Amino acid sequence: MKPKMLSSRRQFLSRTAIGSLMAGSFSLPVLAKSFSDQDAATLPKSMLQAGRPFSNYGQPSEYEKEVIRWTSANTDVQGNGVSWTPLHDLQGTITPNGLHFERHHNGVPDIDPQTHFVLIDGLVDKPLKFSLNDLKRYPLENRICFIECGGNSNAGWRTQPIQSLAGYVHGLTSNSEWTGVPLRYLLNEVGIQASAKWAIAEGADAASLNISIPLDKLLDDALIALYQNGEALRPENGYPCRLVLPGWEGITNVKWLRQLRLTDTPVMSRNETAKYTELRPDGLADQFSFTMETKSLITSPSIGMQLAHKPGIYQVSGLAWSGRGKITQVDVSADGGQTWLQAKLHGPVLDKAFTRFSLPWKWRGQYAILQSRAKDETGYVQPERKVLIENKGKHGFFHYNAIISWEVTEEGDINHVYG
Amino acid sequence: MSMVKSGLILFCLSSTWVIANDLVPHLGQEAVNESESPQFNLSIFPDGQGLPEGQGDAKAGEIIFAAQCAQCHGPAGRGGTAEALTDDVGSLKSEYPEKTVNSYWPYATTLFDYIRRSMPPEAPYSLTNNEIYALCAYLLSQDDIIDADLVLNKHNLPQVKMPNRDGFVSVYEK
Repeated sequence: MKPKMLSSRRQFLSRTAIGSLMAGSFSLPVLAKSFSDQDAATLPKSMLQAGRPFSNYGQPSEYEKEVIRWTSANTDVQGNGVSWTPLHDLQGTITPNGLHFERHHNGVPDIDPQTHFVLIDGLVDKPLKFSLNDLKRYPLENRICFIECGGNSNAGWRTQPIQSLAGYVHGLTSNSEWTGVPLRYLLNEVGIQASAKWAIAEGADAASLNISIPLDKLLDDALIALYQNGEALRPENGYPCRLVLPGWEGITNVKWLRQLRLTDTPVMSRNETAKYTELRPDGLADQFSFTMETKSLITSPSIGMQLAHKPGIYQVSGLAWSGRGKITQVDVSADGGQTWLQAKLHGPVLDKAFTRFSLPWKWRGQYAILQSRAKDETGYVQPERKVLIENKGKHGFFHYNAIISWEVTEEGDINHVYG
Repeated sequence: MSMVKSGLILFCLSSTWVIANDLVPHLGQEAVNESESPQFNLSIFPDGQGLPEGQGDAKAGEIIFAAQCAQCHGPAGRGGTAEALTDDVGSLKSEYPEKTVNSYWPYATTLFDYIRRSMPPEAPYSLTNNEIYALCAYLLSQDDIIDADLVLNKHNLPQVKMPNRDGFVSVYEK
């Protein structure tokens, strides 16, 4: 029905309203009740009273208070242990600063940035110390990358599949934008002597953590990081400065950095011999296994969640990452690895950083086993658990990166299984 | 060179505002004193570099261990809430390998390094050098890695050959 010539705005509105109703359906128009003063009570409380005022440092909603790091510490030494990133509660790829995982050997130190400095010495032309204020004047580089503890997911080696929430098994890994000084500027300034091949990094915490790092990595993409997602490092993540070695075991990303001593040989510290080495079936152990292996897991739906609608479409979502470079593909299976579909990778896909993947899945109510499998740009494929154990044995403890399986029962409950 | 171009270069040179790629300041301060100070020479290397003067034997170490270490590491270094330190030498190829100091660590110098910098956890650097030598002697003698009456010092500690000295393979590729 063509509208007639418009004589007034009101006529236009009433004509077009009726016209569209007539065109779309043949029901009578429903006229909304106008809001009366009795109706105020039916509005949500949030609209009836002034909200709370401004805040100097924002916090998550009270309704999100379950989204926290879980902590796990030695009862005799409260600062020896870990806290886990709740990967299963998070989306995107950036880990909020308050949820970045922790691994400490003797607690979080309180370091005054005014008096702290980093000493670079040893096989150098001139030993130099750098204050925080000075470091901030060097060209700063931004790098989005993950940090992962070498011991992440170590429950996967156990004979029985652990029944903890995904983040509390695999959450000794987080992904942030780190901003800091590329070490090559500082190493160039001190002057590296020809015989130098390693640097012994030492932290200013109560464990005085020390570890040997190949000089090549420090000259490559290593940073002395000062900022974490835009703000200063959190104390528990290394304030005031830490090493960030993209793609390398967490232990090498020394927090609370105080010294780098250049040497020709490694120091053979406890953390590169007793720990962070992998015992093999032949009785020998892999040492200096710096690169974190390619890995993925489905964060949702995952253990502990319930699929309420049957049948229903669910977004299978998760994270993939590789210490070797970029993730090129993530496949998802709903039948325990018999068939695979390629998931969507959410860009930008970055080198040595979390990559979010997702795939919509129509669940018809059948028993299912959900898995994800990552591939990286070197061609490496995340292995099945039984293949990992065939290759590495059962006693490696570190570097567990096998495919993770979630069984979905016909009731919609989700448990951890070994696929 | 044109008048405009030379004028521009002159401007850049004389102006305090210069655009350049990667203009890197050199702000490191001379630090020879710090570098030579004991506070920055904490690491102890397998060849003994960094080991301090001092000495101790297993008999003295046993007393110190009972007083300062056993509450977490267990009597004789086993059965506590903290890492097992002794026993299980030769177990690494078995079905139940146990990684203790004596069964797994490749260098005895690491033990001195680690105790000094981090033990006991509530009071790092509170043990004297003599006490640390004594503790090393006590632990190493438990599995006959050294004789029970050997007095350890900075000369002989690096010479101690741990059972698992050759047990590690570097997998680092540049």
